[in-house]
This record gives sequence, structure tokens and C-alpha cells, in this order.
Amino acid sequence: MMTETISKQSRPLSSFLLRRAKVRLFSLLALPMTWIVGVYIVSLFLLLITAFWNVDPFTSRVSPGFNLDNFELVLTVPAYIATSIRTLLIALTVTLICILFAVPLGIYMAKIAKPWVRNLLAVAITLPLWAGYLVKIIAMRLVFTEEGFFNWAMAPFGIRGPGFSVPIVILTLTYLWFPYMALPVYTAIRQIPPNLFDASSDMGAKGFTTVNRVVFPLIVPAVIAGSVFTFSLSLGDYLAARFTGGATQMIGSIIAQNINLNPPVAAAYSMIPILFIVIYLMVARRTGSLERM
Amino acid sequence: MHEAMGEFEGELNIVNWSGFVEPAWTDKFTADTGCKVNPRVAGTSDEMVTLMRTGNYDIVSASGDAALRLIVGGDVQPLNISLIPNFSDDIAAGMKGNVYDTVNGKPYGVPIGRGANLLQYNEDVTGGAPESWDVVWELDTPYKGKITAYDAPIYIADAAVYLMYHKPDLGIKNPYALDETQLAAAIDLLKQQNQVIGEYWSDPVAQITSFVGGNTVVGTSWEVLRKFAGKENIKTTLPVEGSTGWFDSWLVSSTTKNINCAYAWMDYTSKPEVNGAIAVNFGMAPANVAYCASSPEAQAHCDTFFAEDEEFFKRIWPWTTPIETCVDGRKDVKCTSFQDWTNAWATVKG
Repeated sequence: MMTETISKQSRPLSSFLLRRAKVRLFSLLALPMTWIVGVYIVSLFLLLITAFWNVDPFTSRVSPGFNLDNFELVLTVPAYIATSIRTLLIALTVTLICILFAVPLGIYMAKIAKPWVRNLLAVAITLPLWAGYLVKIIAMRLVFTEEGFFNWAMAPFGIRGPGFSVPIVILTLTYLWFPYMALPVYTAIRQIPPNLFDASSDMGAKGFTTVNRVVFPLIVPAVIAGSVFTFSLSLGDYLAARFTGGATQMIGSIIAQNINLNPPVAAAYSMIPILFIVIYLMVARRTGSLERM
Repeated sequence: MHEAMGEFEGELNIVNWSGFVEPAWTDKFTADTGCKVNPRVAGTSDEMVTLMRTGNYDIVSASGDAALRLIVGGDVQPLNISLIPNFSDDIAAGMKGNVYDTVNGKPYGVPIGRGANLLQYNEDVTGGAPESWDVVWELDTPYKGKITAYDAPIYIADAAVYLMYHKPDLGIKNPYALDETQLAAAIDLLKQQNQVIGEYWSDPVAQITSFVGGNTVVGTSWEVLRKFAGKENIKTTLPVEGSTGWFDSWLVSSTTKNINCAYAWMDYTSKPEVNGAIAVNFGMAPANVAYCASSPEAQAHCDTFFAEDEEFFKRIWPWTTPIETCVDGRKDVKCTSFQDWTNAWATVKG
């Protein structure tokens, strides 16, 4: 039998590792650490250090050096500041809308819906993840063109879409990142023991009070986890703005514009979303929800 | 400089605009020379410059705004025209010896073709060809929110062309030679346009769908995009102010290992029939006008794209990289460089 042969075999590798704790630790971490340090951190560092470099004014050639002009540019040019603020507001709005949709949907799926409805909804939420990211953006573009589906479908009611603008960008980003909010929230609500709901109603709490006082505090970590995705992914996106935003600029639009023309400015400007994310994570940490994640 | 043709190296790595390098003409080239063609499509001039600087490519189909940057940056080498017999008298006069690909009398580029940045309009809405570019620049335009503009710093030159005509006091003589005051005026005009614009385009497909879908009524376009839009009511015109345009040429990397294949390629693509095939495929005026007389279809293509109409192209300012030395010959001022344009362009869209 298979099990007998294994147990009777001497296993030199296992016994070797059993005796040497450091080697064991090393072999466990070697691969992930090579990835994190060698590939991830180093390349990020190489990218960010470019922010201090110089650009030849005529040939656009980049040469190593040290100056803070690019940061000065990023922090003083009105267009850059306006774009930073706009992007931040778009990312926050997308996150908020995702939460507003995900919580009731999660409660319904986890606690009210019949199993087949629940499965159907779970499929419906995850299905868009199977389509390509660019395909989804182009789909939104087609829906909201002047002679597109939205205006056609809404024409009998006298409603016309806003055209390519910030609201459509927010809608597109919400569409793109909603599953990343809906799934953790749904999972968290499922894990709430049913007797907590019974206890709540025994104490005389109505539906809304139960959601507010029992459900929400318990799913905050999941909401924060989801919002890290929706917030940071929205912050870094620029294709949604390019294809559905009309003349709307986001941080990514300016970085993409400069990546060939002026890489140091692009690098300096990429510090802004990093800064936003760090602040966001620090605030989230203060609320204590990262520990419970 | 390459002195004499030698053995073919067996491969050629090309950075090109979409549609310039197709099996329809590369297969024969490979069969004739044994040079295997590896094309890499670039979307913008700026991407082309970046790609050429990697040193992985032998030759590039550069527009004038990339060419001068590559030449001054030492990324491309001067050419020995005597090794390119098809670079002959048949090459359109307006495409020879231009400032963007001939530096200090040395030729760097072999012309491929050219086209103009035209004003495209939806005739159902405008009811006729707009006479002036004012419909895309002025605040009182009837098409507010339905205007499109090209999304690159070189578009500043289009603002300069408009100012040249309407604000002669500024003294702009060449839209690529702007001193600081003139650049500021162009940027002000672009900021004004930003208030009425619907969309900036750099992706041709997005521009076409915008016109076809009704989101855009007027804006910058190329003749080939109008053809692809394929609608009777979408037309192009050259307004009274004139316009900018792109003149493309082959430039050879200064570090190429496949120099003989590169020269053979430039000679091959300068043949009337091959040059014509590229021009028809991309939708531009061929550099070699001998192609036009080869058939009625060829003549029709040449007429559509004004290939032999030097008067038309005299009203077009070919894309050129702006440099500190004013290309209009002024010696008393310093002109703004492409880096200044890039930084200024970033402030336009807000």
C-alpha cells in the first residue's frame, strides 16, 4: 500500500530540515522574498528615483541627477493640483457607491435570499470579472455615446445621458470594481451567526436598527478591505477617463501622458496616489479595522 | 555613414505607424533580400522616440516632430543617398530637404508620405464646410461640448497656426518657433478651447466612434479617419488659416547591426508601387509621385490626398520638434523647446 511505503521510507530531506530551523525558514521564504524585494520593491524604487532625475530640454533624454523641480511642478501647477483633487474625489465617490450597493445586496444574499437566488446573484456579481477590463470600458463607452443604448432606451422618457464626463467615469469605475467590494462584504455577512439577529429582534430592535448596530460594526473590516481595492484601483485608473470621460483628466492620464515625454515628472506625480493610499491606510489603521482584517 | 552596400544581415527591426509594414509588401522584400522583417507598431511620435532609444530597432517611420529629436539626440545616423537609387526626382518636391530631417545639410530621412491635420465636420449638423477653425477655438462656437482635438503637446502648433492668422500682432512666423510670449498666447487659446471641448483624442478608433456616434461634430482629423468613418455626412476641409500636418520618413538607428537590410528596405519602399501601396493602406499622400500615373485608381488616390498639389501642402506646416534655436531664423530671442511645450500642454487640460 502507498501509505505503508511512505512511512517505511527514510525521508532525508524532511529529517534534514527538521534538524535545521534556519534552513527551514529560509527555504520557506526564499521565493516570496525574492519576488517582493527583488522584483517588486527594487523596480518600484527604480521608478520612483527617476523623479529626481533631469531631462534634456530638447531630446527628452533622461539623465541621472538630483533636483526637486519635478516635485515643485507637481505641487504648484494648478492643473496638476486640480487633477489630484478630482481623482481623489472620484475614487472616494466610487468607494462610497460600492459600499451603498454592496451592504444591502450582501444582507439580502446572505440572510434573505433562497439558495438558488443567492447562487444566481453570486454568479451575476462575479461574471463581469471574466470579461476583459478594456472590453468593459469600451462597452460603457458604447452604451453612453450620443446615439448609444442609454439615450435610445431612455428616449421615450425624455431622458438623455450626460455625455462623456465625470459622472460616466464614476459609473464605469463602479462597474469595474464593484465585485471587489461585494464579495468580501457578502462573505462577512454570511459569517454573522443567525442567533445575533434573533437576539437583536428579541431585544426589540427593528430591521434598520439591527443593520446599524449589529451588522455594520461586524462587517467594517470587510468594507475597509473592499474599499482598499475600490479606492486604490480607481485612484490609479486612466483608461476609464480616457474612453468615457471626454476631456476629464485623472492622475493616471497625466502620468501616461508624461511617461514618454517626461518620465521624471511622471515619476514625481506617481508619488501623489501613493501618498493618498498611505494616508488612507493610516486612517483605516486608526479605526482598528486593519487588525481585524 | 554607410559607404557601400554589403551582405544582408538577415533581419530588420522596424518601429512603424500602424499600416506601414504589411505582409503584402514585406513578403517580397524578404524573398528578394533574405531580410526578415519584425515590425513594432507605435501609437505616437513620443512612443517612437522612446522605442528607438532602447537600441533594439534598426529603422523607424518617424514624423517630423520625432525626427528632429532623434537626430539631435544622436539616435539616428546621416544617410548616404547614393545607395538609395529610388530616392529620385520622383519624390515630391515638398518632401525633400525639410528642416525636420535634414540637419547641417546632411540628409537623415527618406520620405514615405505626408498628410494634413484637417477640420472634420458632421455636415448634417454644420450644414456645410466651416470656413475657419474658429468653430473649434472660440467660446461662442455653436458646437460647444461636441468638439475634439488632438491629444499631444504638438497640438500647440495648431493654436499657433490659428493665432498667426487672427493675431498678426503676436508676430508668429512659424508655428514651431514660438518665443515665451507667443507660447503663452497659444496656451491661453488652448485653455479657452478646453472650456468648450468634448473630448481629446489620441486613439484613432475613439475619434472615429466619437464622430459616428454623434458625440463629436467638429474637430481635428486625418483624411484616412474620415474614410474609415465611412459616412456620407462626415467630411473634411482645410480652413482658411491653413493647418499642421505630418511628413513621415524612414530614419536609421545610429547603433543598428542591420544596416544593409535597412538601406535595402528604404530603397524598396521608395519604389513607386511599394510607396504607393503603403500610402494607400495608411491613407496619405505618397512621397513618390511617380505612383500616381501608374493607374486610374492610383491617380484617384493621389487626388484625394493632394499628393501632387504642392499649393495645398504650402498651406500645411509639417510637424517639427520645437527647439531653442528658432526655426524661423530669428536670432534675437530664444524659442521655447519641446520640453517647454510638454510642460505647458500639461497645464491646458486641468
